[in-house]
Amino acid sequence: MTTAPAKAGWRFRQPSVIPGFGLTLGFSLAYLTLIILIPLSGLIWRSAALGWADFWAIATDRRTINALEISFGTAFIAAMVNVVFGTIVAWVLVRYNFPGRRIVDAMVDLPFALPTAVAGIALTTLYAPSGWLGSLLAPLGIKVAYTPLGIVIALIFIGLPFVVRTVQPIMEEIDKEVEEVAATLGANRFQTIARVLLPGLAPAIVTGFALAFARGVGEYGSVIFIAGNLPYKSEIAPLLIVIRLEEYNYAAATAIAAIMLALSFVMLLVINLVQTWSRKRYG
Amino acid sequence: MEVRVANVRKEFERFPALHDVSLDIKSGELIALLGPSGSGKTTLLRLIAGLERPTKGKIFFGEEDASQKSIQQRNVGFVFQHYALFRHMTVADNIGFGLKVRHGPSRPSAQEIRRRASELLDLVQLSGLEKRYPAQLSGGQRQRVALARAMAIEPAVLLLDEPFGALDAQVRRELRRWLRDIHDATGHTTVFVTHDQEEALELADRVVVMSQGSIEQVGTADEIYDTPNSPFVYGFIGESSALPVNVEDGQVWIADRPIGLSAPQAPRGEATLFFRPHDVDLVDECNGCIAGTVAASRRVAGTRRVELEIGGERQRVEIELPVDHPAAQKSRVAFRPRRWKLFPAA
Repeated sequence: MTTAPAKAGWRFRQPSVIPGFGLTLGFSLAYLTLIILIPLSGLIWRSAALGWADFWAIATDRRTINALEISFGTAFIAAMVNVVFGTIVAWVLVRYNFPGRRIVDAMVDLPFALPTAVAGIALTTLYAPSGWLGSLLAPLGIKVAYTPLGIVIALIFIGLPFVVRTVQPIMEEIDKEVEEVAATLGANRFQTIARVLLPGLAPAIVTGFALAFARGVGEYGSVIFIAGNLPYKSEIAPLLIVIRLEEYNYAAATAIAAIMLALSFVMLLVINLVQTWSRKRYG
Repeated sequence: MEVRVANVRKEFERFPALHDVSLDIKSGELIALLGPSGSGKTTLLRLIAGLERPTKGKIFFGEEDASQKSIQQRNVGFVFQHYALFRHMTVADNIGFGLKVRHGPSRPSAQEIRRRASELLDLVQLSGLEKRYPAQLSGGQRQRVALARAMAIEPAVLLLDEPFGALDAQVRRELRRWLRDIHDATGHTTVFVTHDQEEALELADRVVVMSQGSIEQVGTADEIYDTPNSPFVYGFIGESSALPVNVEDGQVWIADRPIGLSAPQAPRGEATLFFRPHDVDLVDECNGCIAGTVAASRRVAGTRRVELEIGGERQRVEIELPVDHPAAQKSRVAFRPRRWKLFPAA
């Protein structure tokens, strides 16, 4: 690989003092192929067997479109909410010392560890019209359980640690002097946060958003309990896939999966490009 | 603007960092706070800036009591050792930041801010780098940007915390001269913290020597170097040698021999004799001198440093000799300090 043709537009990285490039790249490619690429291409393969007309019919089916809208829409809203509150949680954990800080810090990870079904059942019990919170909200005319709102709540629960854990380390690295300098230059607290701190955190926040969003799109376990799963109203795409599978309609299931795959890939790609752009700018 | 620090005391969680410090800084003065780490020099600077609040005492800017004002209202320019530039802003945006965050009529127009930024960039000799990001600049350039940013708000006082501490020796010397020029051109009252005495003595109008949370001495470079008023200042500024001596009958004694120095004013009893290694006269016959065996000799630039062991307790002192002086070959050298000072033993 050291003799890559000079006229080529790009070249393999030249060997450096750190050896093992060939070995590790080979391993990475083999591993990614085995774990990610082969299953995904199998998915595309199966849905391709469907033929274009059938595929289009499934893709434009009202129920499919609604399910995709609900999945991506709720995941987007939940990720946005998590960006705001996750950043605040990270801020509190990084900036302040209070009794029980470590416990709160550990609690943030619970949604990672908890079986998602448990989370779903717990949230449903709370938000059902007869539940603790649901019974308080019901008189106000707010229905949470068995509506898209319930899905958003479940996804907020699931996605919170992604934002907190990506923003927290970057926040810890913020130099106190930068804030002090802003203050001596006359910036008030709000200006310091808006103009100095948040722009520096933006790449991490975008990453956190991407992770929470991706997780939300694919979430199944916690959502199906609280969503009520009414077709066209609160049925998420992953559930629709399972329903199709149970009907032995493998082609339709893979078709919906392929659409989700394509949409997710495009969105994550866009997010990645945004990040590369911001990294390049801020060095 | 004049700055007056009046009887300021600062404690960090009961631990005193400054004891009752008072200091008058004249308008337009360039003043250095010099001291070893932990002497409280940075704390004093941060108190003037308003980044810390004094436990006791007050700080005046002109006639106004600045201790009552917030950092934002004090209008100070602060420069940190590690620049503290805003990484996500261009050089021009960094410099314009202090003007942009102003409210109402005191905020200049965007055009005016841009004009001001490029004017300051000219002043700090970085013309044409408006569009760069801090990551694309060298350390010396970043510190210049930081200084331009601090000067953009027309500060009442310019405060620099070890401004050249993170730079390599050559850039340091260059920036030192440059800072002096800038100061002479703009006339901002400037206080800078350093632990580098060469920097302090060369650059500042007056030097404030600090130790263990107190001011030891305030004076010009000449005053500080030639007439140190405490053993600490004598030891800290420049090279010095110290010897334990006795004062008896107005004479200075080492062990049982007078060394030919008369000190009629000095109180009787134990004392410490300080002198500079280069401020000595060599003598041939020793009746009333300090004599010692040569323990080590090393070449330092244009001179030779000779380490002598004095007396039965083998106290070590250093003296400086011309490179070709024959005394450097001898095993025993006698000398008498030309200029010296006695401090009563604590």
